[in-house]
Amino acid sequence: MKARFDIVARRRWFFLLSGAITVLGLAAFLLFGFNLGADFRAGSRVQMQLNEPVDVQKVRDMFDKIGLSVPQGGVTVAGTRNDMAVVRFPEVLTQDQIAKINQAEKQTFPKSAGADVRTVNPIVAQQTSRKAVWAVLLASLFIVVYVSIRFEYRFAISGIVALLHDAFIVMSVFALLRLEVDLTFVAAILTIVGYSINDTIVIFDRIRENLRIAKPRSFSDLERLVDKSLWQTMSRSINTVVTVLIAAVTLYFFGGQTIHNFNLALIVGLVSGAYSSIFIASPLWVAWRGRQMRRSAPEKHPA
Amino acid sequence: MKTKRHRKWGRFLAFLAIIAVVIGLTAGTSMKVWKHIPLGLDLQGGFELLYQIQASPDKPLTPDGVKAAVQAIELRVNNLGTGSPNIELEGSDQVRVQLAGTFNQAEAERVIGQTADLRMYGNATQDKTGKWVPDEKTLLATGADLKPNSRWAQDPTTGQNVVTLEFKDAKKWQDITTKYLQKPIYVFLNGQLLTAPTIQSVMSNGQSEIYGPTLNTPEACNELAKELNAGALPYPLKLISSTNVGPSLGFASLKATMWAGAAAILLIFLFMLVLYRAAGLIANVALVAYLYLVLLTFAGMHVVLTLPGLAALVLGVGMAVDANIITYERIKDEMRNGKSLQSSVIAGNKRALRTIIDSNATTFIAGAVMYWFGQGDIRGFAVALMISIVVSMLTAVLLSRAMLLLFTKSGVAARPWWYGAGKGVVQS
Repeated sequence: MKARFDIVARRRWFFLLSGAITVLGLAAFLLFGFNLGADFRAGSRVQMQLNEPVDVQKVRDMFDKIGLSVPQGGVTVAGTRNDMAVVRFPEVLTQDQIAKINQAEKQTFPKSAGADVRTVNPIVAQQTSRKAVWAVLLASLFIVVYVSIRFEYRFAISGIVALLHDAFIVMSVFALLRLEVDLTFVAAILTIVGYSINDTIVIFDRIRENLRIAKPRSFSDLERLVDKSLWQTMSRSINTVVTVLIAAVTLYFFGGQTIHNFNLALIVGLVSGAYSSIFIASPLWVAWRGRQMRRSAPEKHPA
Repeated sequence: MKTKRHRKWGRFLAFLAIIAVVIGLTAGTSMKVWKHIPLGLDLQGGFELLYQIQASPDKPLTPDGVKAAVQAIELRVNNLGTGSPNIELEGSDQVRVQLAGTFNQAEAERVIGQTADLRMYGNATQDKTGKWVPDEKTLLATGADLKPNSRWAQDPTTGQNVVTLEFKDAKKWQDITTKYLQKPIYVFLNGQLLTAPTIQSVMSNGQSEIYGPTLNTPEACNELAKELNAGALPYPLKLISSTNVGPSLGFASLKATMWAGAAAILLIFLFMLVLYRAAGLIANVALVAYLYLVLLTFAGMHVVLTLPGLAALVLGVGMAVDANIITYERIKDEMRNGKSLQSSVIAGNKRALRTIIDSNATTFIAGAVMYWFGQGDIRGFAVALMISIVVSMLTAVLLSRAMLLLFTKSGVAARPWWYGAGKGVVQS
């Protein structure tokens, strides 16, 4: 066999790496928490595509003129070219106020493409966040059931650990960068969950197939088999993530502003998903399966 | 004896014909199909209102009542005369109203949300501030008792602007007019005393008319008539969330995302061509078919296309490509194991299929859960994702496989190079 990087043998390094990232992510949550978007936090959010560099004072003045006081730190600058202003209000704006905003915006910022105004009341905000968490958990549960039926429960659990790892990394990045978390973010997390498990299953499928051809008799046999499976599927893993990344990166840089964060979440999640499918899910399965093998094997196969 | 070099041009022609049909159909009709897809608010501008139907202790929510409320909202929205409104019941007590395009949003919200709460009382008193307060015990009739044919009219004798009413149950109005003959009845609109006419005669045909100081113009009468016709809402509505997107912002987003999507797809096409050559070309043709079929499905099912939906579509391209990549890598494996080109293609296709089904099924499950739990944009995204997966199974598996087999069996290109395999591959 050609000399190549032995992934399974070095699994402890990857577990350590992912563990470190997880701890960092947890710290980020505890320190910063989420920057919840209008979908999860009661109040109003006005997003204005100004098509010119945002002058925060000018934005504030505009709102003052129509009798709306912008709270401290209520204006955020966003967009790839810093040409988008996001203004938050703790209160729910009325349709009359929204009409006024649209009018004032056209006068103050002639290049502006208009505003996207969202208002949410507390009950809905709470309901939405609860639904989001349930969606991720339930999706995982159904995936576990399906994979357990088609493969075995160890594969299912290892795959779920990998996908939760990916979802967690994306959430950590958003907490760290103070990026806004809204409903499309939830859609992004769910897509990542879908992609991550999709990617993992392809590798698991190859392991399952190789297991049928050669029955490993010892733990090192098993390690070799999984490592071989990983390398057999490697070019597919890379080629696929590259194609999906091509789409996500292009949409990130040139797509509509409202899906900007969505695409960033996807990019982070896709990279993490490809990584965890190769370096976490399968090695985890080996460690787990191998432990049981070592427990039952010694009498039959003394070393 | 047949040699490996023997070429079957018939099969190759069939292969070319499939390409021609896919490209021709797409180029010829995709613009027409595109026009049939309703665009979401974020893409064309407009506004979305989420109302909660509010129950009260004396009036708990019933399925029929909720249905009536949704119908009443529909009538009102239709009265606004805006293009393609979208009204749906979400959960058990929330109604989402989406109106696209430009119009007076504040006015629309007022018309949808405000109940023309018409009530007639037999007795009312003035409080200290001079405001009339009805005696709740003497409620005679409400807007719900009226037929939806109210309209503005002018009283033939006085020339006054009035709103004509017709009771659903003529007998009820007859009883009221009999009981209150020569006595005043108090008509309240949204809690304000509108008029207190004295009943002049017994009305047996259920017809009546109301007038009042605020109904002094034909416009005011018409508006009240419309609201009454829209049906009195069985329950009050509370606006709990709203989204407004300026039309030019929506258009800018659509344009940017379309261009980005087109660029992404072009890059993916190139990537596949470089990696897998002829097989990559087949994958690309299957991708064109995929995009076309997804658009067709969207148009057919009236799926509202939103920005996240558009993103899901482009992502679906990645997933559809994945199915091809899995198959091609599998074929390469088979060739490495020393199988002939043809048997490699057959075996590769067969073995890849199970992998593709398992991996797509898990993603589909994620999509289904999203649809089940999501709302608004998330639902649009989930639908787009599920459609992409199903369609990609058809194109990236069935179509691509048929084309690959035809191409391989035609024997036109027998070198593994055409399938993206390197020099190290054993040829038999």
